[in-house]
Amino acid sequence: MTSNKVIEIDHLSYDYPDGTPALRDIHLEVSPHESVAILGPNGAGKSTLLYHLNGTLMGDGKVKILGIPVEKNNLKEIRRKVGLVFQSPEDQLFCPTVFDDVAFGPLNMGLDEEEVWQRVQKALEMMGLRGFEGRSAHHLSEGEKKRVALATVLSMDSEILALDEPTDNLDPAGSRMLIERIRSIPQTKVIVTHHLDVAFDLCERAVLLYGGRKIEDLSMGELLRDRALLERFGFDADYARWMYERSARFQSAGLK
Amino acid sequence: MRHAFLDHHSQTESPIHHLDARAKIIVFFTFILIGVSSPPTSFLLFSLLAIALISIALLARLPLGHLLKKVLVVLPFLLVVALSIPFMKKDAVGGGYNLGLGGLSISRSGLWILWNVVIKSCLGVFSAILLSSTTSFPQLVRGMEKLGSPKILTMLTSFMYRYSFILIDEMHRMKRARDSRCFGGRWFWQSKVIGDMIGTLFLRSFHRGERVYMAMLSRGYHGTMPETKARRLGLGEVLFLSLIPFLLFLRIYLR
Repeated sequence: MTSNKVIEIDHLSYDYPDGTPALRDIHLEVSPHESVAILGPNGAGKSTLLYHLNGTLMGDGKVKILGIPVEKNNLKEIRRKVGLVFQSPEDQLFCPTVFDDVAFGPLNMGLDEEEVWQRVQKALEMMGLRGFEGRSAHHLSEGEKKRVALATVLSMDSEILALDEPTDNLDPAGSRMLIERIRSIPQTKVIVTHHLDVAFDLCERAVLLYGGRKIEDLSMGELLRDRALLERFGFDADYARWMYERSARFQSAGLK
Repeated sequence: MRHAFLDHHSQTESPIHHLDARAKIIVFFTFILIGVSSPPTSFLLFSLLAIALISIALLARLPLGHLLKKVLVVLPFLLVVALSIPFMKKDAVGGGYNLGLGGLSISRSGLWILWNVVIKSCLGVFSAILLSSTTSFPQLVRGMEKLGSPKILTMLTSFMYRYSFILIDEMHRMKRARDSRCFGGRWFWQSKVIGDMIGTLFLRSFHRGERVYMAMLSRGYHGTMPETKARRLGLGEVLFLSLIPFLLFLRIYLR
C-alpha cells in the first residue's frame, strides 16, 4: 500500500557521538505541498531532525521519504528527492563559481549538459540571480549567498526542500526578499527557524521541539493564539496576536 | 570583506579575456620557455618578446603601469640573489671593472649572468602576470584540468581558492578580537596567543571541512567531481595559438 505522505518519521531517536541525547521518539508526517516550520530554542534538536530527512544523520527509528525508507542503499535516491540547504552558505557553496555550485547537484544526477544548463538558468532565475553564473561565492553579499545556496537545490528539482535557518544573518530587506522567493517555490518545505514571523510567512503548520522531544504539532493560526505555549517558548505573544489579527483582517478582505 | 589579490583585472572585458584558458596557458607558457632558453645576447629576441607581451596587455585593456608594478614586486627577491653574482666571479676579474672601493671589483661574466637572470625573470613574470590578469582563477584551474593536469590536484586547488578567502577572513576576525582585548605584553606571551590562534583556526577549518563534505554528499557527491565538456576552440583561440610557431621561428633564427 502506498502512503500519500511525503515524509513519515516514526519513533526516531538520535544520540550525538558523545552520547548526548539529541532527539527522542519523534513522530512526524508531512503531506504533499505542505510547509512545516520547526521551531524551538537552541539545542532543541531542530537541525538534527532536518539532517535526518536526507540521511546526513541516521538515528534509531523509521524515516520514509515518499514511501522510500532512508537507508544506506537508498541514499542516492533519497538525496535526489530531498534538497537540504545548510545554515551557512559558506558550507553550502564550495565551488569556484556560482554556475559550478548550482550545476553540482544536476551533474551528479547524471543529466546531460543541455539539461543541466537549463536547470541552472531556471534556478538562478527563480532566485533573481540572472547573470551571476561566473561570479565567485566570496564576492557575493550575504543575501546573494543565501539565494545561491537555495538555487543549488532548486536545480535538483527535489520534491522536498529542507531549509536550515534560511533568513539567518540577513538584514530585514534581504530577509523579506528571500521569504518572497521561498514562498514562490511550490515544493513541500520543512523550514527550521528561530523567527516566528518567518515561520508565519512561509508555513501553515508548526512543530515545536524542546530538549529533543516534539512538544506540539499544530496549525500556525493555533500557535499564534496560544499565549501560554508562545510564552513557554520565549516568543512575544502580543506580537504573535497582532500578526494573527492582521492576517485575519487581510483574509476577510480577500487580500491574502 | 572583498579580496581579489589572485586574479586582479581578470573580469575586464576584452578579446584576450574571452579566449579559452587552454590557449592562453599554452601561449604564455611558450613565451616563458622561449625567453628562458635564449642566450643572454639575443637582445633583438628579448625586445620582440617584450613588444609582443606589451601588445597583448594593451589588447587586453590592462593598465601597463599596474602590470609593471606587479613585476617589480617580485623583483627584489631576485635582485638580492642576482646582485651578488658579479662580485662572486673571482676568476674573470681581469676582464671586469675595478670600482676602487676597497678593492671591490665587478667581473664581466658576472654582469652577463646578472643581465641574463634579470631579463629572463622579468619576461617570465610578466607573462605569468598577463595570464593571471586575463584569466579568472576558476577558468585557469579548469584549463589546466582540460590540458591533462591530474584531477585531484585541480580539485584541491579549487577548494583552496574557495576557502582561502574564508580562512583569511576568519583570521582577520580572530586578530581583531585578540587586539581588542590585548594591551601589549611580552613577546613570549604574544607567541603563545598566536599559537593558540593557529590551533583554533585549524580546528575550525577541520570542522568546516566536515560540514562542506556533508553538503557535497547531500547533493549527490559520490567520490568524483562532476565535469562539463570543454567548449570547442574558435577562430580567436586558433589565431592566438598561431603565435607559437611565430615565437619558435624567432627563437631559431634570431641570435
